[in-house]
Amino acid sequence: MIDKVVEDIDETIADIGDGATVMIGGFGRAGQPVDLIEALIRHGARDLTIVSNNAGNGDVGLAALLKSGRVRKVVCSFPRQVDSWVFDGLYRAGEIELELVPQGNLVERIRAAGAGIPAFYTPTGVGTELYADAEVREFGGREYVLVEALHADFALIQGYRADRLGNVVYRKTARNFGPPMATAATTTIVQVDEVVPVGTLDPEAIPTPGIFVDRVVPVGWRDWMPGGEYAGGLVDVNGEPVGTEED
Amino acid sequence: MATRISRRELAERLAQDIPDGAYVNLGIGAPTLVADHMPEGREINLHTENGMLRMGPAPDAAHVDPDLINAGKQPVTELPGASYFNQAESFGVMRGGHLDVCVLGAFEVSQHGDLANWSTGEPGSIPAVGGAMDLAIGAKQVYVMTDLLTKEGRPKLVAECAYPLTGRRCVSRVYTDHAVFDVTPDGFAVLDAFGDTTVAELEELLGLPLIDRTGRAS
Repeated sequence: MIDKVVEDIDETIADIGDGATVMIGGFGRAGQPVDLIEALIRHGARDLTIVSNNAGNGDVGLAALLKSGRVRKVVCSFPRQVDSWVFDGLYRAGEIELELVPQGNLVERIRAAGAGIPAFYTPTGVGTELYADAEVREFGGREYVLVEALHADFALIQGYRADRLGNVVYRKTARNFGPPMATAATTTIVQVDEVVPVGTLDPEAIPTPGIFVDRVVPVGWRDWMPGGEYAGGLVDVNGEPVGTEED
Repeated sequence: MATRISRRELAERLAQDIPDGAYVNLGIGAPTLVADHMPEGREINLHTENGMLRMGPAPDAAHVDPDLINAGKQPVTELPGASYFNQAESFGVMRGGHLDVCVLGAFEVSQHGDLANWSTGEPGSIPAVGGAMDLAIGAKQVYVMTDLLTKEGRPKLVAECAYPLTGRRCVSRVYTDHAVFDVTPDGFAVLDAFGDTTVAELEELLGLPLIDRTGRAS
């Protein structure tokens, strides 16, 4: 019987070795697999290359991983945010390497890796300093730059629900990088709120089919989704409980 | 002294040029004001690059959902008929030429339609580009909404951009607090000058020759 569900989150990430390239899903905090990242911090792998849209928010999740000093390089589109102080400090101190990639090229490089396309021409970034050394070619009178696919050893993703076959559905804009990243890593690990029985998910609406997923770990309901139903008024946009902020 | 209009008035002016039924991306910051000033009876479809069409306005505090945010990472809502899709599809929406209009901010726009809006190139600053370069080349019409001059009084419409480019020859039109400009093969053309502003005054402010398409008697 196929069963990709692993109940022990530390076990799911135990084979991430030193020097690994790890994709981490999420746009800002939405879709960021915080529990998997915390497990990775406990695990202690170092010298990591992280591929993610941002470079951490506040002091939790990806920011905490950077703070742990185990990341050598970040490949991302938008590191600088109002709450990216951890990355900002490391970058200014020269303690972390940055490869800056326009967001659409970043995700298409990930998609291409998962779809067996080693490189492609894109109009994004033509004539800019980010592609000063890139190969340029003209098609139909317009210039394009050549960029290469981006593969990873592991992808860590946050889904909403999954079954034991690894079929994953997402919730609203938290879907973002999940589906392309799931296709582009040797090993894809998905944390979900809930594992549901096979046959429960609508086959017409499965953004990540199980073939792309190696492990699923249920982590329980998030604060704003008690019992699997959205409950308004409980949290702010960062997922922090309302009314408990320190003065 | 040339007449200036407020950000709100400028958003209203720009909104008039967005046709009923258009697919529109409003970037982040000031251009998002355009959504609040759509003329009565026009239905537009807002795209947000983190993966959604038919994005609605901000919710009240009781309906904030951390799984439902815009490109600026602020809480938003979904309109009836909304759809979610992944990032690869969302940037295909731009790169594939499916968006009718995007509205962006700018540090500089050149007379050739080059856009600089992602980096001032300042040493020691942390670079961040996000979706700016994809958006710049990713709509049938790329509109820029900006002040004509910087706070220090320097023109933002220039012969050649000094700041690092976001996209080359990509801007179609520039909406400023003094006037609306089209980018043409022969340079900037003034479509609409607000209040008492004249084309001659704009030429003096910018130090650039301008084409007069205001239809006013000179």
